Amino acid sequence: MTDVLRVEGLKTHFHTRAGVVKAVDGVSFSLAEGEILGLVGESGSGKTVTGFSLLGLVDPPGRIVEGSIRLKCEELVGASDATLRARRGRDISMIFQDPIATLNPLLTIGHQMRLAQAAHGRVSRRAADARSAELLSRVGISSAAARLRAYPHEFSGGMRQRVAIAIALLHSPAVIVADEPTTALDVSIQAQILAEMKALVAETGTALIWISHDLAVVSSLASRLLVMYAGRVVESGPTASVLRAPNHPYTEGLIASLPSSAAPGVPLRQIPGTTPSLLALPPGCPFAPRCPRADAECGVRPDLTPIGAQAVACHHPGGAELSLRQGA
Amino acid sequence: MSAFLTIDGVSKVFRPNLTMGERIAARLGSDVEQRLLVAVDTVSLSVAEGETLGLVGESGCGKSTLGRLAAGILAPDAGSVRLGDRPIMEGESKVTTRVQTVFQDPFASLDPRMKVGQAVGEGPLAHGLTTRSEVKSYVESWFARVGLDPEQADRYPHQFSGGQRQRIAIARALAMQPDLLICDEPVASLDVSIQAQILNLFLELRRDLGLTCLFISHDLSVVRHVSDRMAVMYLGRIVEIGPAAEIFDRPAHPYTQALLESVPRLVLDDGELVTFVPIEGEIPSALSPPSGCHFSPRCPIAEDRCSVEVPTLEPFPGAERKCACHLAERRALAASSDAWLP
Repeated sequence: MTDVLRVEGLKTHFHTRAGVVKAVDGVSFSLAEGEILGLVGESGSGKTVTGFSLLGLVDPPGRIVEGSIRLKCEELVGASDATLRARRGRDISMIFQDPIATLNPLLTIGHQMRLAQAAHGRVSRRAADARSAELLSRVGISSAAARLRAYPHEFSGGMRQRVAIAIALLHSPAVIVADEPTTALDVSIQAQILAEMKALVAETGTALIWISHDLAVVSSLASRLLVMYAGRVVESGPTASVLRAPNHPYTEGLIASLPSSAAPGVPLRQIPGTTPSLLALPPGCPFAPRCPRADAECGVRPDLTPIGAQAVACHHPGGAELSLRQGA
Repeated sequence: MSAFLTIDGVSKVFRPNLTMGERIAARLGSDVEQRLLVAVDTVSLSVAEGETLGLVGESGCGKSTLGRLAAGILAPDAGSVRLGDRPIMEGESKVTTRVQTVFQDPFASLDPRMKVGQAVGEGPLAHGLTTRSEVKSYVESWFARVGLDPEQADRYPHQFSGGQRQRIAIARALAMQPDLLICDEPVASLDVSIQAQILNLFLELRRDLGLTCLFISHDLSVVRHVSDRMAVMYLGRIVEIGPAAEIFDRPAHPYTQALLESVPRLVLDDGELVTFVPIEGEIPSALSPPSGCHFSPRCPIAEDRCSVEVPTLEPFPGAERKCACHLAERRALAASSDAWLP
């Protein structure tokens, strides 16, 4: 499989009065055709800013200060606004967390979907509506042709998110970036959307980057996982093996923090402390102050180094053999 | 165990405002029907002393409204809420300080212009649990109890992170020395690692102080972790109630079963095929709930009578719980013979 997206050494910094916030600080990954990549992290880990950077949506005071984003071999960092506009929506599109904020409340669904198509070339109203209706029914909206005349407020939260997904799919882009698209939804609706997303990606061959704070959601969807902490990737690898045998103490802590990891009523293994402020990151490994394995060596920033199929940014990776033995 | 909190046939009906069009129509003399939103529909349950009852359901099912009724924040339209043998409400006003609440959003529940120590001490001082000269040390002891630095009592809420604010909210509720704590989605807005810290604090405090608790959450794994018993709500009614472990292992109501199957699980096997069995359709509007069993339009096993007769909460055969489903008995029979109904 060929890589449709290759990100190298991406750094997105925000130059604020209080100092430089390194929201994304050296992130590299690649995405193969039709692959689902899960991007996991807690608030402030830089996962959303990474997604925004891919589409060139970072607003001042933030900007991409370094690195390269290659979409189908075309460099997007430093590309002109016109180039980015031509790519956005057609080759790479985004699904945002809050569908109420992304849809225009004053335009009908059909109107908005026509605009999205007209942005990339002339298309007749009839052809555009036919394409819109086709996609709406594909994401599970019944009587789609009639629903084109409806306004966003006539839809429920889950339905709005389906419309947003249909808009993202309009031009069959090579890559879709989905930023926590099911976080605001109820579990039963979330399950419906996850099932549909999985089927759609398999059907259309679109690669998907699924950004989420929820490990369980990502694990049921993504084949590969990227765990972010304080703007850096701390661990990556095939989803199941990362979750079964995490090498980084942060990944391990995240999994152990889940209520489903312990028997009911038993205290959970917690990560002490809180996520550091991005303005005052400790030198070296950003996780060191909360880490049980930290020592003098951790004063130097660790690089992402491969261990088997996984990669980890830690001077003391481990726990792997132990977990594997349990699994065997 | 004797019942400690008793909620007896409680209902709460909201009357949403008329739209502009309807108001004009009413003014012009036409018959405009006042829509009713039955948020809680004759719910009865009890919580024993020292027990934690988890209350789960999706948005709009009435779980928060039920929590507010139990906390004495809202007055019920029918039925009564009692703590021991005393009512929580008399008329429209709350008559006890024995129930306290921890709310979901620690950014909204703390007054941004009041020092956090003052916010924690205000209630106990007003109700004579401490004196003006001792309030400082009283507040500091509660700060220490919830894992905060007592020195931080002079700070304002914005100087704390979300997890710390939730600790302050817990300290504020506990400083009133309540017998019953209502937790309304206390960890929903927190990151996983902070959520674990707060859940651990909750487990520890519950053990040390012998708290009785009504724990409301949409997150089934959180409820499973902290609850002894749990109740599942759907559109204002309780559809299933009983020991948490039993419900998780063998849900009796088709809605509970579907809800449990919708929860994403950690996948630990490379080859594991993840299949979701999503519930069909969406939650109907509470303004016009389906007749009969509210779940019947989405239910995979519904029969004709399900859309006509309202099922009552009946003891589920062979288990320590109750379930509101016409077909529960048959499902129980099928389960005991190890066959599963389609």
